[in-house]
Amino acid sequence: MSVKYKGLKEIVGSLVLVDGVKKVSYEELVKIKTADGEERMGRVLEASEGRALIQMFEETRGMELEEAEAVFLGETMKLDVSMDMMGRVFDGAAEPLDGHPKPIADKSLDINGNPMNPFSREFPDDFLQTGVSAIDGLNTLVRGQKLPIFSGAGLPHSKIATQIARQAKMEGDFSVVFGAMGITFEESQFFVNELEKTGALDRSILFLNTADDPVIERVTLPRMALTAAEYLAFEKGRDVLVILTDMTNYCEALREISAARKEVPGRRGYPGYLYTDLASIYERAGMIKDKPGSITQIPILTMPEDDKTHPIPDLTGYITEGQIMVSRNLHQSGIYPPIDVLPSLSRLRDEGIGEEKTRDDHDGLANQLFAAYAKGQEVKELATILGESALSDTDKSYLKFSDLFEEQFLSQDETENREIEKTLDIGWEILKVLPRKELKRIKDDKIEKYLDEKEN
Amino acid sequence: MSKSKTGIITKVSGPLVVAKNMEGASIYEVVKVGDEGLAGEIIEMREGEASIQVYEETAGVGPGEPVERTGKQLSVTLGPGLLTSIYDGIQRPLDEIASKAGDFIPRGIEVPALDEDKKWKFEASVSEGDSVVSGQVLGEVEETETITHKVMVPPHISEGTIVSIESGNFTVTQEVAQIKTENGKESIKMAHKWPIRSPRPTKEKLLPSKPLITGQRVIDTFFPVAKGGAASVPGPFGSGKTVIQHQLAKWSDADVIIFIGCGERGNEMTEVLQEFPELEDPKTGNPLMERTVLIANTSNMPVAAREASVYTGITIAEYFRDMGFDVALMADSTSRWAEALREMSARLEEMPGEEGYPAYLGSRIAAFYERAGQVKCLGKNQEGSLTVIGAVSPPGGDLSEPVTQNTLRTTKVFWSLDDELANARHFPAIDWLNSYSLYTEDLSEYLDEEVGKSFRENRTEAMRILSKEAELEEIVRLVGFEALSGSDKLVMETAKLLREDFLMQNAFDKIDTFSTLKKQAEMLDAVMSYYRKGEEMLEEGENVNEVLEMEEKDLISKLKFKEE
Repeated sequence: MSVKYKGLKEIVGSLVLVDGVKKVSYEELVKIKTADGEERMGRVLEASEGRALIQMFEETRGMELEEAEAVFLGETMKLDVSMDMMGRVFDGAAEPLDGHPKPIADKSLDINGNPMNPFSREFPDDFLQTGVSAIDGLNTLVRGQKLPIFSGAGLPHSKIATQIARQAKMEGDFSVVFGAMGITFEESQFFVNELEKTGALDRSILFLNTADDPVIERVTLPRMALTAAEYLAFEKGRDVLVILTDMTNYCEALREISAARKEVPGRRGYPGYLYTDLASIYERAGMIKDKPGSITQIPILTMPEDDKTHPIPDLTGYITEGQIMVSRNLHQSGIYPPIDVLPSLSRLRDEGIGEEKTRDDHDGLANQLFAAYAKGQEVKELATILGESALSDTDKSYLKFSDLFEEQFLSQDETENREIEKTLDIGWEILKVLPRKELKRIKDDKIEKYLDEKEN
Repeated sequence: MSKSKTGIITKVSGPLVVAKNMEGASIYEVVKVGDEGLAGEIIEMREGEASIQVYEETAGVGPGEPVERTGKQLSVTLGPGLLTSIYDGIQRPLDEIASKAGDFIPRGIEVPALDEDKKWKFEASVSEGDSVVSGQVLGEVEETETITHKVMVPPHISEGTIVSIESGNFTVTQEVAQIKTENGKESIKMAHKWPIRSPRPTKEKLLPSKPLITGQRVIDTFFPVAKGGAASVPGPFGSGKTVIQHQLAKWSDADVIIFIGCGERGNEMTEVLQEFPELEDPKTGNPLMERTVLIANTSNMPVAAREASVYTGITIAEYFRDMGFDVALMADSTSRWAEALREMSARLEEMPGEEGYPAYLGSRIAAFYERAGQVKCLGKNQEGSLTVIGAVSPPGGDLSEPVTQNTLRTTKVFWSLDDELANARHFPAIDWLNSYSLYTEDLSEYLDEEVGKSFRENRTEAMRILSKEAELEEIVRLVGFEALSGSDKLVMETAKLLREDFLMQNAFDKIDTFSTLKKQAEMLDAVMSYYRKGEEMLEEGENVNEVLEMEEKDLISKLKFKEE
């Protein structure tokens, strides 16, 4: 059903205008053939009577108005999916990067998908062990959750993400879908190598768009990754972990397109629909009632100037179910993983923990650790003003707790896969430095069961 | 279908579609767009050219495709069967969509808002020959175990005489009565339609005088909202807006709850859907779902329907109010609605106001919250109320942004959610120093009667202690706690008790999640008694540390978990 037109009307940046078009539809794919036979892809941004505004996915350099041909393909963007995609690496246009031929398609799916009916959703409440204490213990990840990592330039977010991908423990068939947008070649290679080393690559699908690849593909890449993930999860019944990095580059690409279209900008020049657009990515995490399979999302974003109120982390935080905050201070004091648990949050934590899921003391213990660490930080501030000698004995114990928390609970090796019981036990161990009457967040029977009995 | 009723698409840009040959169409008329018949609404007319906002994804739609007019305004269907439903932004039942089309929502799907096959037992309460007025109850239907639905004379009939009326089992589209009016006979069915953008008429607005009891201590005691009032909950992400909205939907003592999930997470709606049928209504013991209607336009559903969703919700709320119920509506979050307005406005190339929001943002927000109120309904001697509680999601937690500011201008209660409290896991993270309620005076009579005068005195004193604590904290930071005087230490200790044992409330604890007004008064009194006794002891010259650790203190923290 494709229609061919000869000659373009205008080329401005990555936008192309074609005139005299008869039948065209919004978001339709367009192939532009240059005079020397090269083919480049784009899609319709605005369809009006007789004319179409096209957003090119690739560069417009070398394109010429009169000789170029525009072929309207009569369909919106699709991704060919099949189980053979596992263990493969693709670029932002779904072309294989590993030198092997394209897998044979089982299905061709619209990359935008359809919104999941809230009525059909299953509320995520299965504990997903990552083996990282700061997450499992205090900001518990749940199967089907979307939990981003808020990081900054130069922080080890990639390490944390791969550690989670390697260690994540799920019961059923487990796959990883990895989408990289605008990251460096080295960073993307780090992910590939890490997955390869541990044999996880065979159950993974990778989509890579590095910093020198076409910017526009960054906008479609996460949608492809998620389309592949949905296929694995809801048609093949697998538990899928989707890692998207770096969402900041995605948003930059979106802003670039928006500016090219001369749209009214919202905050900091990002388009006014940034929230809706991000939601159409993040909301594709989840589970479906009475169906196996799940999509758990861990998007990574680097906050410009470590500023949480920047539109990208801000809008992300409103959509996702919490966030894991990577802290520069902790990183500089040599702690790995440098996760600042206080501003971190997992909204689904309470659903995924407790008896039969983790342990009956988890909830109270986690609240107590939070409160005590928060208090410890407060005391630390006080101590820098007044000096440690001016502190009361209780305050001093909080100071001690705070240090133990960072050294023993938070810190762990990159390769250490900590079981949840171990995480909780460490929690109890370090609480011992606090006076017993300070343990207000835990119910007495739990204190007796886990603190007193173990003492004896 | 006559030919003049169909236009032709000339332009598609996201959710905005422009069509020509639309002469005679009216603003806000509902149209079906394209070959797939996507739902849309006309928002601008220029001669024969109409700008249409489309409530579904427009990818694949192109110029040349038809636009079919319906001649109707965007309306909701009101009748038995609304309760326990979950609708999308334009009142399509999501459970029906799921059973018809699967787990993902396809485009162009049409489903009736109310089950048209289900028969309801209608019991007439007027008889032939009676004269009736607009809004008068004609009969009743037991819609759920909790709520008895009242079938009323629709607002467009001002008065008339009953020609025929019959009790029995009917569907919502069958005639149950006939009324003779000036303009001839009108057939009355249990369901009727009402355009969502027009408020339903009432006889008179009244001043609110009763509190909406929410069971949340910080709200009921310090910052109460009146039945028929409007409240706003602005807060940065992670500060617990949604949990508060859910808590209010669960525990507030309204008869009917309308919960609008506007541009929020899909899982949150799922949580409500899974939880509410299992939770018990504290008033009746029936499942909470039986008094609830859910409207869900999650953040990945089309943006134009988000704009409509708040109106769909509030019109359904007004309908139940007209039956004489106390209705509470929660909208989470109104910021997403405002953003939807902004997105459409930008596509229409309107002149932007502050931060790209359209200049009419303020008036739209004000008009929405003004639909709240305690009213005398049409009909005979019925009073109902509609309380509106809107969450606001200010970008970066910055309260100076336009949506928050415009909301604060019209709502009389402000629950300010604070990031730092949330980080310290103090929930609900309502900042007691910034929040306010302008209803405290209006409600004093009611409170004096229910829990005695001492409650209000305790409240004033407690608030004084909390703000004193904020002052003292500065000093402590400089010179340390030990440097404070005895009475200041007592203030600090009392404030700590207030914070930890009264204001903090665990939404996930079976008992703590809800406190009656009586329990709240007792708890507050316990803390304040500690303070008063402490003051006396200090005057008698007792040692400060002994005063602070008096035995009454230990009992206070146990009160939370005491069953009522």
